[in-house]
Amino acid sequence: MSALRYLRLLGVQLRASLLVGMQYRADFLLDGFVEVFWMATAMVPLLVVYRAREQVGHWTFGEALVVLGWFTFLQGVLEGAINPSLAAVVDHIRKGTLDLVLIKPADAQFLVSTSRFQPWRSVNVMTALFIFVWAFVRLGRTPSAVAIGAATLMMVAAVTVLYSLWILTVSSAFYVVRIDNLTHLFSAIFDAARWPVDVFRGIVRVAFTFVIPLALMTTYPAQALLGTLRPTTLAFAIAGAAATFAISRAVWRLSIARYTSAGG
Amino acid sequence: MSLRNTLRAFPTLLRIGFADAVAYRAEMLVWVLSTTMPLVMLALWTTVARDAPVGRYGESQFVAYFLATFIVRQLTGCWVFWEMNFEVRNGTLAIRLLRPIHPLWSYAAGALAAMPMRIIVSLPMAIIALLVLGSRGVTHDPVLWVFWASSIAGAWLITLLVNFIVGCASFFADSSLRLMDAWLILFFVLSGYLIPIDLFPRSVRAVIDWLPFRFQIGLPVELMTGAHSRSAALRLLLEQWSWAAIGIGATAWTWRRGVERFAAYGG
Repeated sequence: MSALRYLRLLGVQLRASLLVGMQYRADFLLDGFVEVFWMATAMVPLLVVYRAREQVGHWTFGEALVVLGWFTFLQGVLEGAINPSLAAVVDHIRKGTLDLVLIKPADAQFLVSTSRFQPWRSVNVMTALFIFVWAFVRLGRTPSAVAIGAATLMMVAAVTVLYSLWILTVSSAFYVVRIDNLTHLFSAIFDAARWPVDVFRGIVRVAFTFVIPLALMTTYPAQALLGTLRPTTLAFAIAGAAATFAISRAVWRLSIARYTSAGG
Repeated sequence: MSLRNTLRAFPTLLRIGFADAVAYRAEMLVWVLSTTMPLVMLALWTTVARDAPVGRYGESQFVAYFLATFIVRQLTGCWVFWEMNFEVRNGTLAIRLLRPIHPLWSYAAGALAAMPMRIIVSLPMAIIALLVLGSRGVTHDPVLWVFWASSIAGAWLITLLVNFIVGCASFFADSSLRLMDAWLILFFVLSGYLIPIDLFPRSVRAVIDWLPFRFQIGLPVELMTGAHSRSAALRLLLEQWSWAAIGIGATAWTWRRGVERFAAYGG
């Protein structure tokens, strides 16, 4: 059970995903187009809003672009590495074929989490970098080394939270079987993260900060990169991410114990 | 597959579809939760409009607009495509082809039968809207409400036909999930779902006017919130139903071409 073995396993899983991805050729090629296309259209609401206003919730256009950059990056992670596997697990649970995963001599959570990747989504990472550059050119400054360091820490926290929420969602599939459209739910809620959380007010904002921590995923990393994130917030965010991860791991173990292999 | 047989079987198909919708309540709930985007946009746009209105939209106009959008999406949404794509890929479409009724009619019946559940879901939102806004937010003209009902039917039909056409595309490419994604992205941005279409710059508006998307969401919402006069509404309705007619032709054509290629591999 060494780390090296799991790394090799990850390599195998990635190669398999690439082959599966190219299986339906038209889909695979369209994937690339859709990706570029999606980026362009993702800009539209932002452009329309900032056509009407200079500032929205104390965020200027350049600053909001940084948030959009993080959103684009995390969306790549979500759609490229998380959602495809989610769909696969829900399918396994419904058909009872999860047995085939459970009997393999490796951690089941690791296996289901790495079972499927969408190679095209790595385009998102490039686009995110492009958006960051654009944003900072507009703002007329460069982020400091400390800011980049803080932003990297926040990025790890953000990906951890996103992944943990995903494990929690999958765990619910053990109790309420046949929820094919869970992936849609996940993407739909996540879509609100493209806006700085200060744009929302009242209960919505509380929900997006604490219940579904969208703020932690895009607003805080953006603030970190802009150098306006308070160190205490950073510390709380990292602690929160670690706690979420621990909880999700515990819930996954509880849920898998309940699994009774329907059908088979 | 005579028309008489189809008509006779239709009530039964509707009953089956309704039972299906009731049986998978959890799925329905997840679907409703995943269409809460208008509420996020509502929060966003009201913040933007807090100090001064944007275009002709003040805070309460935005609230009315996006609550109406939520209701319209509930009433016109459709997931036939995912069913078709799945059945074509797995070969289980063969079972539908064996039945003495055209598969498209049975899909349509399934989609239509989910309607009562959808109405139940959108009722609370309609009541909230009425409580928050009083009756200021919606039109008072009964003729416009008749037009609205007709535009809802048109929007539902266009959405269904798009599902059919993209579903038939999976006969040619084995899987057309990405094609649907591409359509959905355009739909979200250009239909008035995220942004009321009169907030777009004039040049983009000109393009949107020539596309079918705005007739899926924008038109019913605008009719509901009283944005159009009777004559303008009638003209837009005609355009909408022309798109529906084009959709029917395109569906018939792609189905005929596509089903010839169906090989029922898998199942």
